[in-house]
Amino acid sequence: MPNKLTTYLNIQTNAAPLSVFRIGFGIMMLASIIRFWSYGWIEKLYLEPKFHFSYYGLEFIKPIGVYSYLIFFICGLSALFVALGFKYRIAIITFFLSFTYIELMDKTTYLNHYYFISVLSFLMCFLPANTYFSIDAFIRKKQYNQIPKWTIDCIKLLLGIVYVYAGLAKINSDWLFKAMPLKIWLPSKYDLPFIGQSLMQQEWFHIAMSWSGMLYDLTIPFLLLYKRTRIFAFVLVVFFHVFTRVLFPIGMFPYVMIVGTLIFFDYGVHERILNVIRGLFSFFKLKASNLENLSYKVSNEKIILPILGLFFTIQLLLPFRYVLYPNELFWTEEGYRFSWRVMLMEKAGYAEFKIVNAETGHSFSVNNSDFLTPFQEKQMSSQPDFILEYAKYLEQHFLAQGHKNIEIYVDSYVALNGRSSERFINPKVDLLKQTESLKTKNWILPFKDEIKGL
Amino acid sequence: MFKKVLVLIAFVFIALACSSSDDGSGNTSDNFDRTALLTNWADNIIVPIYDDLNTLLADLVVKKDAFVTTPNQTTLNEFRTSWYNAYKVWQYAEMFNIGRAEEINFAFQMNIYPTNVSDIQSNIESQSYDLTNVNNNDAVGFPALDYMLYGLADDDADILEFYTTNTEASKYLTYASDLTNQMKALTQDVTSNWSTYRQTFINNTNNTVTGSLNKLVNDFIYYYEKGLRANKIGIPAGNFSTTPLPEKVEGYYRNDVSKALATEAMGAVKDFFNGKAYTSNVTDESLASYLDYLNTIKNGEDLSVLINDQFDTAQANIDSLDDSFTNQINSDNTKMTETFDALQMAVVLLKVDMLQAINISVDYVDADGD
Repeated sequence: MPNKLTTYLNIQTNAAPLSVFRIGFGIMMLASIIRFWSYGWIEKLYLEPKFHFSYYGLEFIKPIGVYSYLIFFICGLSALFVALGFKYRIAIITFFLSFTYIELMDKTTYLNHYYFISVLSFLMCFLPANTYFSIDAFIRKKQYNQIPKWTIDCIKLLLGIVYVYAGLAKINSDWLFKAMPLKIWLPSKYDLPFIGQSLMQQEWFHIAMSWSGMLYDLTIPFLLLYKRTRIFAFVLVVFFHVFTRVLFPIGMFPYVMIVGTLIFFDYGVHERILNVIRGLFSFFKLKASNLENLSYKVSNEKIILPILGLFFTIQLLLPFRYVLYPNELFWTEEGYRFSWRVMLMEKAGYAEFKIVNAETGHSFSVNNSDFLTPFQEKQMSSQPDFILEYAKYLEQHFLAQGHKNIEIYVDSYVALNGRSSERFINPKVDLLKQTESLKTKNWILPFKDEIKGL
Repeated sequence: MFKKVLVLIAFVFIALACSSSDDGSGNTSDNFDRTALLTNWADNIIVPIYDDLNTLLADLVVKKDAFVTTPNQTTLNEFRTSWYNAYKVWQYAEMFNIGRAEEINFAFQMNIYPTNVSDIQSNIESQSYDLTNVNNNDAVGFPALDYMLYGLADDDADILEFYTTNTEASKYLTYASDLTNQMKALTQDVTSNWSTYRQTFINNTNNTVTGSLNKLVNDFIYYYEKGLRANKIGIPAGNFSTTPLPEKVEGYYRNDVSKALATEAMGAVKDFFNGKAYTSNVTDESLASYLDYLNTIKNGEDLSVLINDQFDTAQANIDSLDDSFTNQINSDNTKMTETFDALQMAVVLLKVDMLQAINISVDYVDADGD
């Protein structure tokens, strides 16, 4: 077995796929940052709110006022450098750090897509993506057109994990048998041309979409791996992601995935892509023949391989951490994030906080819009960790105003996947007596239904 | 491999297509007619309400003119009655923050209470004011007239003195007159605008944040939660403060109308939800019928019935209150907070269950989703 592993690690392959991936990734990320900025979302999401929801243990990561723009600028610039393959190692590390910082500034905006980018850019910090067709190679006057095969395979592995885990998460009774939440989402797309008034309103279509979504996620990495099904799989990838782009507001993610899955193709395809780029930038005069072609050996392999081994072990285990919590995952969301659970829930909530003076018994309710943006309020209302964090913030606010002996209770209701709304948090529990931790939150009321599945 | 997968997928599709109809709800090809919904809202609810309000405000101007010409007890009483009649209809109009009403912040210029007495007094003193200015939102509209008609003194004789023998009587008359004219002018503006806006409104059936359905559903929920639940009951009852604030009731200076106005508002909410025409008992497409339609796909609980039941419960609570909420708060505030709780339960049904069911884009940040 060790021999097999050593043999595998020594296999060399053409460097073009990784270079194309690097270029595509850099361009996509630059475009994402520009898009985000131009929509005014930096202002809206990170500067306007008075209060930001932090991740547990990472409370020190906050927007830094107008300087937040600087982080986005650095992030965009490093993405450009990544695309160019210029000072690649510094650029990709800078990108990973700045992007992850942005992602962690406020968990209101948590998206699996952002987490995917963070994880992927972390992985790319260890990969020789600048050895071929890059400015770095041009400056060094030599490039490596052969790189270890594992460097490309680990990107395929990460993509595979994302898809398969997303597919596994769909194996639950709400998704497969009730077609929830698609049954809520799709009929509301009545204003789509052609299919809005017909297909989108049909129950069989909702169920078919649910099942094919699950099958797509579970099988697509394998269909992409096998040469005979690869083109068919790629057509599916394009169709699936374009279709979800039409249906849902998911920004750049579909394009990132379409470009990302190109890495499954043989190097011939990538050489053709590079030739197109060479054609576009003929002034660049960077011709493969001008440079020495060498085989690249990863120099710190002894350090990098264990790190990546640990990284993938975490990736494989983390999504299953929910089994450590006794209550329904969708209801409490304990262990929900960072697990490739995409589009599984339509969850809406309502939370009204009551500030009680423990001594006099006097109480008053809080107007959430005085403290939170509508987006923050929406996210807060259905997620327990948000509710607790907000209660602690309210405590600080009202203590500073001179209120004493404060207790905070919440009157909250949540509706999940088309079920009727039910009380969510125990209204008799003083939230200020609770502390955020990774332990089970016993102040969440139990879910009154059952969702079977993984 | 390739063919096998295709066959497998095809098989699953076919199996599902066949089995899904076993639920007995496979036939949902008939679509909910959103154009009919918007048309009902426009033609049978919104426009007739504005027309009625506009007529009553025209009457208010007539009664005001009579009062200004000869201020006495008779003209004052007529002026007051007209104010009250218009104020009741206003409860139906306040929720429609769309079109011209949204552009000019109609509701802010008509019904911000408690009114700001010192702003009113300084306006009267200075004789130079722009009633449309945002700073004057709490010195105009129905609440300001409430003060001018009932709040200047404790009894009617003393109130009439302000308009007759007082050294600044002409200033008081002018302000009462300007307030009334302004209310009429705004209402006229909004009402006339609907003749052209109607078509735009009905055509805009998109499910976007600017779609008519989306905007009006938002307006409706906002009115119920803030305009009715919080402003009329919750704030005076002290739900949002450490102590009750009985001086913050609607129609504070006349004082015996807060229950009647809240009842009108509750009726407005219920009628809108059920699509009942303003001038008759005919109902047409509405949020209730939309929920019923969606339920044929979803097979969930009958949400429209739950919501209507909760509205009735809340109304029963309101019925049990004193005509004057100020008196109710001072004698037994528990009944007020119980009413608030009953109203609150419907907020949950509207904001959580109904919004989830109709899944329309509401005006949250248009950021990306997962």
